[in-house]
Amino acid sequence: MGPRIYSHDTPVQFYSEIKKRQEVSTKTERGRSRVLGIIRTPPPAWRRARVPRPSLAIRTVQSITPLTVRTFSASSTRSDSRQIKFTSDAYPNLKRDPKFAEISAEDVTYFKELLGSQSAVIDGVTTDAKDDIEPFNSDWMRKYRGHTRLVLKPKNAEEVSKVLKYCNDHKLAVVPQGGNTGLVGGSVPVFDEIVVNTSRMNQIHSFDAATGVLVADAGVILEAADQYLAERGYLFPLDLGAKGSCQIGGNVSTNAGGLRLLRYGSLHGSVLGLQAVLPDGTIVDALSTLRKNNTGYDLKQLFIGAEGTIGLVTAVSIQCPPRPKAVNVAYFGLESFDQVQKAFLAAKGQLSEILSAFELMDGGSQKMVIEATGNKHPLEGEYPFYCLVETSGSNAEHDMAKLESFLESVMSDGIVADGVLAQDETQFQALWRWREGITESLSHLGGTYKYDVSIPLSDLYLLVEDCKARLTEKGLVGDDESFPVRAVVGYGHMGDSNLHLNVAVRQYSKEVEKAIEPWVYEWIQKRHGSISAEHGLGVAKREFIGYSQNETMVKLMKQLKNLYDPNGIMNPYKYI
Amino acid sequence: MSGLRILVPVKRVIDYAIKPRINKAQTGVETAGVKHSLNPFDELSIEEAIRLRERKGPIKVEDILALSAGGPKTPDVLRTAMAMGADRAFHIDVPEKGDAGLEPLTIAKMLQAVVKEQNVNLVLLGKQAIDGDQGQTGQMLAGLLGWPQATQASKIEIKDEAGTIEVTHEVDGGVETLRTKLPMVITTDLRLNEPRYASLPNIMKAKKKPLEKKTLADLGVEDVRKLKTVKVTEPPPRKGGGKVEDVDGLIAKLKELGAL
Repeated sequence: MGPRIYSHDTPVQFYSEIKKRQEVSTKTERGRSRVLGIIRTPPPAWRRARVPRPSLAIRTVQSITPLTVRTFSASSTRSDSRQIKFTSDAYPNLKRDPKFAEISAEDVTYFKELLGSQSAVIDGVTTDAKDDIEPFNSDWMRKYRGHTRLVLKPKNAEEVSKVLKYCNDHKLAVVPQGGNTGLVGGSVPVFDEIVVNTSRMNQIHSFDAATGVLVADAGVILEAADQYLAERGYLFPLDLGAKGSCQIGGNVSTNAGGLRLLRYGSLHGSVLGLQAVLPDGTIVDALSTLRKNNTGYDLKQLFIGAEGTIGLVTAVSIQCPPRPKAVNVAYFGLESFDQVQKAFLAAKGQLSEILSAFELMDGGSQKMVIEATGNKHPLEGEYPFYCLVETSGSNAEHDMAKLESFLESVMSDGIVADGVLAQDETQFQALWRWREGITESLSHLGGTYKYDVSIPLSDLYLLVEDCKARLTEKGLVGDDESFPVRAVVGYGHMGDSNLHLNVAVRQYSKEVEKAIEPWVYEWIQKRHGSISAEHGLGVAKREFIGYSQNETMVKLMKQLKNLYDPNGIMNPYKYI
Repeated sequence: MSGLRILVPVKRVIDYAIKPRINKAQTGVETAGVKHSLNPFDELSIEEAIRLRERKGPIKVEDILALSAGGPKTPDVLRTAMAMGADRAFHIDVPEKGDAGLEPLTIAKMLQAVVKEQNVNLVLLGKQAIDGDQGQTGQMLAGLLGWPQATQASKIEIKDEAGTIEVTHEVDGGVETLRTKLPMVITTDLRLNEPRYASLPNIMKAKKKPLEKKTLADLGVEDVRKLKTVKVTEPPPRKGGGKVEDVDGLIAKLKELGAL
């Protein structure tokens, strides 16, 4: 297990600018001991790994009252050292299914013989391996925690096949687990399900420089895959905050969206093939590298976004685009959501093929980043909305010409009130942090109820306004400590009509939760939106699927699940 | 003093977030297709010139002239300088020959000519360019002009209308404050300020600001080279570590290496 990290929208590198400056400093003042001047400490090595930061410049220390409520659909990203509550306690209506067998010492012996290597089995059944097992039992948000006593790390699909077949034959429940960076508790056990971790399956099999098709094991870390491709002039068609820890098998299994879906599309399009193992041990070899293959049902699609409920993805074949040579970023301040929509239309129209991201941040979210980091905002004035526009292309001069004419038009038409354009790599990264640093900043200021939703674009921000009005009306929002809610903020992937509604709270309370749920789901249902755009269902959203899928759909899904996993051993208590 | 006429020489260098690579012939650093931007120390100089204007001190800033010598892409950084707030720019056209470019003494002589021609009374330079790391130009220029100089400034203050200037710079164990009178040369260091972003309205405005193209000959300076780059090499590569499968493997390895 690597360090556990961040969600789909949070690669945070708050200190990188300072780091860059200090690199300049080191470069030019080598050999000289600097005793003064450096107020801020240099970022330690974990900056690269994008691990949640233990401390920031400004840190509000909150006493958080013990959690007495269920916090489903809300992530409790706090840094207290308290034990994480067991998922089974937080969700008292979840009961261990008695049809599943208890793991016995014989089972462990079998797995040890099967997998050989000592590090492939973490045995908490016959030995006391509590500390070793704990990281596999809980998630990075410290929100979900299971009771597993056995972790298996097979090395290849054949081993996975034997493991699953044995589990299926003996009715032992299983949780497939990759980098464990999910937000909905999908990759951690609820009860004593055996964790089948893919981290030892981490080989890159092949890359075709002509077609850009990469074939790699499920356990390859996203950033490692991207670095491998970077050396060859290609790019992994997915980028997200957790890239330093998450694994591509997990990305595919959760159909992760991320920052550049606007440009490179969903994994349903870029994944050309995959290899998966069914619970009965069947190895589904659909590791095609073909772009076109109209021969029968496209079964690989079933595994993309299935969250490991019908099989375990062991390898992926994916279409990778050439790495853009020129990347630019502009950051805008806008007066209304109406203007944001106009800016988006203008960006699509004028930047079309080079547009690679269009991100929305409201004023409240940016205030939170300022409050948590103490960084100076790039724009002089304050605006209710901000956008980040990124272009990626093959020719810097052409891109700049297009970008400048776009900027000129949105400025002269009064769509954008103010804005800046990154002049160098450091500014480029600094501007991105105003978008990517939101989640982390919120977590430093207290707890957050998070909703990752998809809504038709015209109504996208209305949800935040309505939610704010509702909570304000109930007297829950305020500036001082007596109000449970600090702020209601919205941000997200405007280009994909994907909003992250975040209710930042000083403490979790039943009152706030009741005020939001199920109201928020009903609101989304009315507009035919999705209650989970890119984060999946897991434990958190399982019971709310009905708000986004009708009865027939859910019935068909259950039929599929029962067809491929008749004993129900794959990732139980979750998904549907 | 009537007003401050500030000259800010800047250089287009490989972006400092990009790792430079040595070319195959080992004669220099690969520059083709590599992202370039304004030398970070020069960014500080530009920012400080603008702040001197915004501070509305005892002496009004009359003119901020950005200057850069180089090939056809040099105007990019001059536009950035003007988008930040410089009033106008000179591009001294020096054909790219794939070498290290002009030597510091040539640049200093070129700047000396511009100072005379443009009636400059304050030169703000980055203490060095991050590509050549030579850090000589400011000092040579002060010598040629016979002006006082303050290097590695971390704070610049104009004290009165007579042109008294106080410059603070960091030294081992503390800070040192120097006082002198205009005209002078100041080189800038990291703690001086935090450069601003180029705002969109200013980027648009910068396109209309005057950018004059000149040659070394116009300034009566010759491109004399006294140094020859013999070889450029990378530091020896770090020897990769081995991977061990588990804790037992680690212990075995440590024993093998005699660490346990």
